[in-house]
Amino acid sequence: MALIELKHVVGGYGGAPILNGVNIAIEPHDIGVIVGPNGAGKSTTLKAIFGLLKVTGGTIEFGGENVANSLPDRLVPKGLSFVPQEKNVFTSMSVEENLEMGAFTRKDDFRATMAWVYEMFPVLAEKRRQPAGELSGGQRQMVAMGRALMSKPRLLMLDEPSAGLSPRYVIEIFETIVRVNKEGVGILMVEQNARQALAFASKGFVLASGQNRFTGTGPELIADPEVAKSFLGG
Amino acid sequence: MTELIFFINQVVISGAVLGCIYALGAVGITLVFGILRFAHFAHSELMTSGAFFAFLLAGAFAAWGITAPIPMGFVVLPIAMVISAIFALGIDKGFYAPLRKRGAKPVTLLIASIGVTLMVQGLIRLFFGAGSYSFFETETKDVFRVDLSAFGSTRPLVITEPQLLMIVVTALSVIALHLFLTRSRLGKAMRAMADNADLAQVSGINTALVVRVTWIIAGALGCMAGTMLALDVTLKPDLAFNIIIPIFAAAIVGGLGQAYGAIAGGLLIGFAESLAVFNWTMVLRPLNAILPEWLQLPATLAFVPTEYKLTVAFVILVVTLLVRPTGIFKGASS
Repeated sequence: MALIELKHVVGGYGGAPILNGVNIAIEPHDIGVIVGPNGAGKSTTLKAIFGLLKVTGGTIEFGGENVANSLPDRLVPKGLSFVPQEKNVFTSMSVEENLEMGAFTRKDDFRATMAWVYEMFPVLAEKRRQPAGELSGGQRQMVAMGRALMSKPRLLMLDEPSAGLSPRYVIEIFETIVRVNKEGVGILMVEQNARQALAFASKGFVLASGQNRFTGTGPELIADPEVAKSFLGG
Repeated sequence: MTELIFFINQVVISGAVLGCIYALGAVGITLVFGILRFAHFAHSELMTSGAFFAFLLAGAFAAWGITAPIPMGFVVLPIAMVISAIFALGIDKGFYAPLRKRGAKPVTLLIASIGVTLMVQGLIRLFFGAGSYSFFETETKDVFRVDLSAFGSTRPLVITEPQLLMIVVTALSVIALHLFLTRSRLGKAMRAMADNADLAQVSGINTALVVRVTWIIAGALGCMAGTMLALDVTLKPDLAFNIIIPIFAAAIVGGLGQAYGAIAGGLLIGFAESLAVFNWTMVLRPLNAILPEWLQLPATLAFVPTEYKLTVAFVILVVTLLVRPTGIFKGASS
């Protein structure tokens, strides 16, 4: 059974829908990457899953349960986590407090998860007492990912995790995503660095105008001349 | 020495008392602003109604024959704070929550809070009239006079029992608030929501719960501030309405949304107001002996006359906004 399955999802912010029938299915071991031109509804798809905009048609099944239009405080305990693209850390709070906020919905002891996050991002352990606002862009992205992992998600959604990062950090973030996935967390991410991200994607989705245009494994999509020509810049 | 004691009595003690009241009021305003992003004008009425709750309870306790070594207003304070917290939650549920649900703009909520101010004040007048009441009709206000003649002062150091308790209780509340905001899960969630409400929601923080906790704290601290003010002066329906401007100034000077800023801002404005109306002649009088005839000190020599005390808060506010618009502690600028 798919971890998450979107069937013909239609939705928007009131007004004309931005999503006009998006289909996505992710298995627990998958790394799914959504690519496409600006305004294709990539980020909107993630927000729709996370209940941040109104879903007016179709279904979103997470673990076999329809969760369309559920709010984050219900989705996070179910095992869904989201890293927004911008403003994704609490700048005035310390790195450790940021991580604690990710575990807000947990009632159990989360110290082991925190140790796991610090093991994955050793630099965060060093800066645990420092306000997250003082960190560099790449380190902030790590805080944001760490925060999202604190709820022990089954599916981690990331909105353009490499946006605005230097090439060195882009590789580091992608490597971390692959590592997180190997630890049993399904990934669904939106990426501008399409070619680079599709290279390690087990599922790729090319969206345009709020609809699926192409679906396949990452390498398949890269190899497809039509995808390459229209969406990957030749 | 006499002059120094006079200065301490007039500026340090009265400034600290005023500062404590401003600080407790401003903390509520700043927390509500941080979480709900609107200027809650009706905070003055949370303070005034809180003082009236305490007054009614104190009367009831006295009628039941309960006596205490400290002023009754302080004995009943915890109960009055609980009632005020419930009252604040009720106001939010009745007036602000429906507006938020419809996506009202902050300015709409601000106007609504002015409406709430007038309404609550009207209700208080309806039940209690326009007159003033005192917590000390049945008990006496103890005044401590510390004799300092040993140090060559002809004046004693004067502090009333409520004033002393007020400073202690405020200090304890500030410590409690600090521990809540930095140690508890909910307190951290409150800071998180004030920092970035969208991300707080995305993290799965129960934002409705945070909003409720905010009103509980605002109501309880408002009640504390109002009761203390009523204990220091007298209780009347426009008790806190008269000082809502300096309280707002304290919150803005400290940096809107910053709890510690509000405390610093409150104390700053409290001391500044006391200092501004202080009669310097009392301290500088000895100079008259050496000053020439034409330069004798007048009977009163203050920065501003007492009637214009309120302007001090405005001056500090305007200067802050010009020099450092986000306030001392870098709050929201809006």
